[in-house]
Amino acid sequence: MTSPKDIRRPENIVAAKPRLLNDNTMHYCPGCSHGVVHKLVAEVIEEMGAEHIAIGVAPVGCAVMAYNYLDIDWIEAAHGRAPAIATAVKRLNPSKLVFTYQGDGDLAAIGTAETIHAANRGENIAIIFINNGIYGMTGGQMAPTTLEGMVTATTPYGRRVELNGYPLNISDLATRLDGTCYVTRQSVHTAASVRKAKKAIRKAFENSMNGLGTSIVEIMSTCVSGWKMTPEKANEWMEKNMFEKYPLGDLKDVSK
Amino acid sequence: MANIIGALDIDRERCKGCNLCVVACPCDVLSLSTKDVNDRGYHYVGDTAPDACIGCAACATVCPDGCITVYRVIEK
Repeated sequence: MTSPKDIRRPENIVAAKPRLLNDNTMHYCPGCSHGVVHKLVAEVIEEMGAEHIAIGVAPVGCAVMAYNYLDIDWIEAAHGRAPAIATAVKRLNPSKLVFTYQGDGDLAAIGTAETIHAANRGENIAIIFINNGIYGMTGGQMAPTTLEGMVTATTPYGRRVELNGYPLNISDLATRLDGTCYVTRQSVHTAASVRKAKKAIRKAFENSMNGLGTSIVEIMSTCVSGWKMTPEKANEWMEKNMFEKYPLGDLKDVSK
Repeated sequence: MANIIGALDIDRERCKGCNLCVVACPCDVLSLSTKDVNDRGYHYVGDTAPDACIGCAACATVCPDGCITVYRVIEK
């Protein structure tokens, strides 16, 4: 029987905090999906050996301070303008790995035009889209992606279609654009789904380096503070309610 | 039959006590502290049944803050 001391050796490590994720404590709420996605981005960049060429574009929203946590180059974009900034960076530096990291309030509300047009132009960037159906940072207001009947700070009786319109499914829209090469919807609520999401992020980054067009990785996430649930309950609620409107899986993949 | 042994190192000060790793663990190795808190006031997670660990790394995979290091040895 191996003693615990013998097990704790560097060669026996199967999982650890990625090197690119630094020691700063993340400001996210306990159980926030942002942390998992940050970890995945760090792992993928590390595995690709791309830390010297990776340039991230941070959004406005909870992930606004992503530059504090990942040791790569970052640019902070104005609200919703991350795909426009990423377009410029990638066109001027085609050898760099350029990606945006955006929430649903940033990408699907104020940044809809930038996102759709960058995807339509087929810019060689990867877009990581965190969809939790709510404005988490500003206090849980309704976002375009909020589900019908979902209670938020600005829809206390639930989202009503006749007043607030239908939930906006931006990834489905993006599949119809000729510029996109890879559109997928993943989640990070179980260990298996986290591994699938990592593969999707890797594929998106590789597509952008190979010049295939725009890749969009939508990641269904929870907002424990905005939804007012425990992380555990939030994951269950997401599985039960959100996956019906936003089913997981690859929506478009031109390499297939 | 090969015997799989796992071990965990947990960064207690980084842990926010979200409980996601406890839910993800298939062998009930982990649990949150009931009384103690770390410097930031969170109940942190601990491997309270370390002998049951098989090093599957499900806890480290779902941890939003990267607090868990997983080791695994396969004895033949």
